[in-house]
Amino acid sequence: MNALLFKLTMGAYFLATLAYLAYLFKPRQVLGRISHWVISGGFIIHCMFTIDRYLEAGHTPITNLHESLSFFSLAIVGIFIAFERKYKVSILGSFVTPLALVILLISALFPSAIAPLNPALKSKWLAVHTTMAFFGYATFAVAFGAAIMYLIQEHFLKNKRLGPLYQKLPSLDTLDEINYRCLTFGFPLLTFAIISGAIWAETAWGTYWSWDPKETWSLITWFIYAALLHGRLTTGWRGRRAAILAIIGFFVMLFTFLGVNLLLPGLHSYK
Amino acid sequence: MNIVVVGLSHKTATVEIREKVAFAPTHMDKPLRELVALEDITEGIIVSTCNRVEIYATTRDIAGGMARIKRFLADYHHIPMETLEPHLYSHHGEAAIRHVFRVAASLDSMVVGEPQILGQIKTAYGYAAEYKSSGIILNRFLHKAFSVAKRVRTETKIASSAVSVSFAAVELAKKIFGDLSDKTVMLIGAGEMCELAAKHFLNNGVRGVMVTNRTFERAVKMAEEFDGKAVNFEELFDHLHKADIVLSSTGAPHHIIGPKDVEEVIRRRRQKPMFFIDIAVPRDIDSRVNKVSNVYLYDMDDLQGVVATNLEQRNREAQKAEGIIDQEIGQFFKWLSTLDATPTIVALRGKFEEVRQAELEKTLANWKDLTPEERKRLEACTAAIVNKLLHQPTSLLKRAGQGGRTDLYVDALRNLFDLEMTAQTTETEELGELEE
Repeated sequence: MNALLFKLTMGAYFLATLAYLAYLFKPRQVLGRISHWVISGGFIIHCMFTIDRYLEAGHTPITNLHESLSFFSLAIVGIFIAFERKYKVSILGSFVTPLALVILLISALFPSAIAPLNPALKSKWLAVHTTMAFFGYATFAVAFGAAIMYLIQEHFLKNKRLGPLYQKLPSLDTLDEINYRCLTFGFPLLTFAIISGAIWAETAWGTYWSWDPKETWSLITWFIYAALLHGRLTTGWRGRRAAILAIIGFFVMLFTFLGVNLLLPGLHSYK
Repeated sequence: MNIVVVGLSHKTATVEIREKVAFAPTHMDKPLRELVALEDITEGIIVSTCNRVEIYATTRDIAGGMARIKRFLADYHHIPMETLEPHLYSHHGEAAIRHVFRVAASLDSMVVGEPQILGQIKTAYGYAAEYKSSGIILNRFLHKAFSVAKRVRTETKIASSAVSVSFAAVELAKKIFGDLSDKTVMLIGAGEMCELAAKHFLNNGVRGVMVTNRTFERAVKMAEEFDGKAVNFEELFDHLHKADIVLSSTGAPHHIIGPKDVEEVIRRRRQKPMFFIDIAVPRDIDSRVNKVSNVYLYDMDDLQGVVATNLEQRNREAQKAEGIIDQEIGQFFKWLSTLDATPTIVALRGKFEEVRQAELEKTLANWKDLTPEERKRLEACTAAIVNKLLHQPTSLLKRAGQGGRTDLYVDALRNLFDLEMTAQTTETEELGELEE
């Protein structure tokens, strides 16, 4: 059952990615609507998968790479659907759904068996800490998509190449606004994830902060987004600069999430 | 019944001719009444715009009908036929339908894809409906033309891009700023182009206008016109940071705004984007301004480049539109041919026969003790009833078909009895049976 739901989700995300990519190149409004329904359907199945797994395992299913990548993908799709509805920019899906699909595919590479819970993770904080962290990551992933769109659209406008893709991409202002909104959602989530992590660390390991690689890199990620937020609010880091920082922030965040787990040994290396 | 089109347009006639043939929109009742009073013209619509004058009509006699409409155009406007005739075109049948669909979809316009023509045809149709000069065929025809135009508009990008320099500037601004309603435009210098572009920006909801000019009085005058604020030319750089969109067209022989100035201005604006439009020749704004981040500079050549690309795109989209029209012509033609009397009579007869059979079967199923003889008599009786009932309507339809308003009856019958017909159901043998 669980494996089937996972496969269905993969199938739906695959179809949605195809539809969104087709929408990028074909001027058919209907493609945008189809894509939206396919991704929404996939999202619902993905939620069912996650709930099913939660019931089966008896704890929040974000304890190994298979589960956390899958949850990351779920959160990206969820946040994307919310933004698509709010800003009416279907084309955002052409940049975000492929990302969600790739992450889900990587998730499928890791063993999916439900293992007994690591005793260190047995805590109420597991749910709070991990969901906040991944929803934070997901908003930054959507910001990353919007930032790439911004840079493409800016390139078109600066170089006066106004082809079909230019016509289709939303205004620079909308893209910058999405970037900013993501930041204002993602930054508090990341902050709370770090704080809740620290509190949890105190109860589990006896110390709030132990400079474990995950903690260090989370802090680096936090500083990048803090700098971006600060720059935006004071000296007007918007547009191009904000987009570039959102892209850098996303890669650092990916390293915090994946690189640290896979490359640097530490307390957080759950595989 | 045939649809005919007679008219002239910017493609066949100069403005001198067109203005002579134009109909005054305030007095459409008279020409419309005269038009449908013509011999063998049953329905008529007059479309009169500055680029075309066209008459759409239905007639039984194609050649005669078209000749009478041409004569009507000449006589009504007191123009000698010899002067008018060379400018007129006329179409009938499929060509007439295609012509009207193309006109409504703005494929025949001077600027392909311009949106006004559809509204103008709707107005013309409004007059015809008001003065009852259009009937079943033209009503259906024009509604079809409107829906074809709508399909073309939604399924192709024929009208999605600007084809004038000032519209192109507004569109670019929308791609940069999204919403223009909280944006301010600054006009530097007073040129006709500049004024026109400013008007377009105001129509698109721009909030404020600032005007500056070397002669302050002119700036004040223009500011009044746009309900804006005049700024001293010497104080340009004290105000420039308040503008989101800058339209420049001074007669200055050298640049008046350089990259250093703009860098300073953008810093004061805390990096809020700016859009410079330089429509002066020689240019007012150093092209290096475009390199400043969050600043976009378009000069006259850039804008004309945008317009040229858009025009190319329109022409490509026009090809797609022709395909859509091809499909729709087929559908409309089918409907038109169902308006003939024959298939209607067949369908009507079929409907009655169907009911007769169904009721007869129901009765016979519960009436087992009938002899075969009695059964036959019952069948003959019901058949006779149906034939008697149908005799009057069928003979009337046939008589109408020989020179009258068949379409009226046909349309009414189709609606009253919910008849399903295709143009192909013209089986004459069945008609033969009906004669008896």
